[in-house]
Amino acid sequence: MKIGVCLKQVPATDSPLKVKDAVTGVDLAGVKMQINPYDEFALEEALKLKDAKVATTVIVYTVGSADADARLKDAVARGADELVRIEDAGLADADSLGLARALAAAAKADGVGLLLCGKQAIDSDNAQVPAMIAELLGWAQATECDKLELSGSSFKAWVAAGGGARDVLSGALPAVVSTDKGINSPRSPSIKGVMASKKAKVDVRDLAALGLSAAAVAPKVQLSAWGAPAPRPQGRILQGSAAQVAKELVGLLRSEAKVI
Amino acid sequence: MGNGILVIAEHEGGVFKKSAAELVAKAKALGLGPVTALVIGHAGGAELGGFGADAVLTVTGGDTSRYSVATYVSAIQAAIAAVNPAAVFASAGAQARDGMPRLAARLGLGVGADVTELRLDGGALVGRRPLYAGKALADVRVSSSPAVFTLRANAFGVPASTGAAAPVSALAVSVSGALTKVVDREAPTSSVVDLTEADRIVSGGRSVASKDGYDKLIRPLAGAIGATPGASRACVDAGFAPHSHQVGQTGKVVNPSLYIAMGISGQIQHLAGMRTSKIIVAVNKDATAPIFQHATYGIVADMFEVGPLLQAELQAALAG
Ligand SMILES: Cc1cc2nc3c(=O)[nH]c(=O)nc-3n(C[C@H](O)[C@H](O)[C@H](O)COP(=O)(O)OP(=O)(O)OC[C@H]3O[C@@H](n4cnc5c(N)ncnc54)[C@H](O)[C@@H]3O)c2cc1C
Repeated sequence: MKIGVCLKQVPATDSPLKVKDAVTGVDLAGVKMQINPYDEFALEEALKLKDAKVATTVIVYTVGSADADARLKDAVARGADELVRIEDAGLADADSLGLARALAAAAKADGVGLLLCGKQAIDSDNAQVPAMIAELLGWAQATECDKLELSGSSFKAWVAAGGGARDVLSGALPAVVSTDKGINSPRSPSIKGVMASKKAKVDVRDLAALGLSAAAVAPKVQLSAWGAPAPRPQGRILQGSAAQVAKELVGLLRSEAKVI
Repeated sequence: MGNGILVIAEHEGGVFKKSAAELVAKAKALGLGPVTALVIGHAGGAELGGFGADAVLTVTGGDTSRYSVATYVSAIQAAIAAVNPAAVFASAGAQARDGMPRLAARLGLGVGADVTELRLDGGALVGRRPLYAGKALADVRVSSSPAVFTLRANAFGVPASTGAAAPVSALAVSVSGALTKVVDREAPTSSVVDLTEADRIVSGGRSVASKDGYDKLIRPLAGAIGATPGASRACVDAGFAPHSHQVGQTGKVVNPSLYIAMGISGQIQHLAGMRTSKIIVAVNKDATAPIFQHATYGIVADMFEVGPLLQAELQAALAG
């Protein structure tokens, strides 16, 4: 079985981002990029299935420009086999549904039997693409999965059910599974993998190659008026013995902050 | 173009979540026409009238008693067909994150995710939402009809009920296309509300030093004020707390009125998950810890000393 992995590059989590202006949004010039942390779990799950000989080929998909290629090659260095990058001017302002249409078309064309995605990208924070792809392909879905078992063409997935509960889902492949923390510990690139990644080719596809028109991926969600979050009001440090500050704090929480 | 707002009102075994009242009240306050609450898996909901619902539609029977994506999508699709709303609101929690994108893809709708503000601008709904884990904010407009928005819990507030009752009617739905089956449900490890919905949170850092340290310092302190226990990633990665407790950029994004950080340094990834908390209390023995720059109230002390004293004071205050 071929397993697909959706992978996005995002700003490194420790980068202090600045909003450039209200129209452009966040200034990404010179910002260090990394693989979206949740996508690392998706990739690792696919690589584990390859180690277990369930997957024959791991294909990594991304939407974006050539500056994402370094992240794709990082995936090869860890053990991925094929790289697909979808790039088209029609996707420049794409919303989640547009991205899902492009990724669904690519995964379908490649005959992928299981598509793994991180549960959300930590830049746009939409958490929509995986379930949208599942619907577009008519596949089963498992959202925010932290344990996955495959047996033949069926799967069992442990997913968040709210309030800390987990539902155990069972279904048949093909499926889209979005991965959460806890499902595995992502591996680092191997030396052999790093060598292989130098020669790795990226298969670049545009909308026409996917059989899609720009109109089909036109966005219905628009972002504007970017700004920075308001700074928090200056706080204060309580002084005195442990017993005094404990008492003073509870008084403040009650009378000043009114939260207890 | 539709009229009014359809609100997905979530409940747990027939008891409405706080977010149900919160969303209904916000929908009403926007004044975009009638507010219809959709209740899946429970035959009631008249009390939502007290928060502004003009009508309640219920979907019951079959497999509706517990959440499944097929039921959720089928029910909302039927409700949209029945009331033709201009917008659909759902709480930005586990159900909507699973079901709403599937519905949106089926009907070709746009979803404005996780908004913390909503206003009307020239008759159109405009949300405002955090992006990049709260390092930036932007307005979000949705051009599909209906426009879908998911609303972050605790961002809008719940007014007092007027006591009004809304008319409740049953909506017939045929659930089709179930591709998965819920074969088991694992109960939550504690009975408190989920971090993402919690109004009070007490989190511990790696300096709790052991699972025992977490269980003896953080859990009882949280328990004293009905708070949900949380943790830093370092605390989770060390195995002192389950990963579902992690707050931060790669954990839960929380929005409580009170967040107490015990022995947490306040790294950027942790702040990303809790910076919108109304009141932040930090207890840390290092006066230069970055968390103090964000704390409303800071205590520079050993948390193992202050923690139990604070717990006793809180218990006394709440008892009195
Ligand atoms: C990709 C990525 C994603 C990440 N995502 C997250 C995330 O989602 N959430 C998250 O929390 N982190 C995340 N991190 C990790 C983050 O960078 C920090 O490492 C982590 O938050 C630190 O946890 P901590 O505050 O418990 O530990 P430390 O930074 O080690 O701080 C411990 C603090 O405890 C204090 N202390 C020690 N003993 C006591 C005592 N007896 N009494 C009082 N105070 C004491 C110390 O003064 C110190 O400030 C992420 C990192 C990366 C690279």
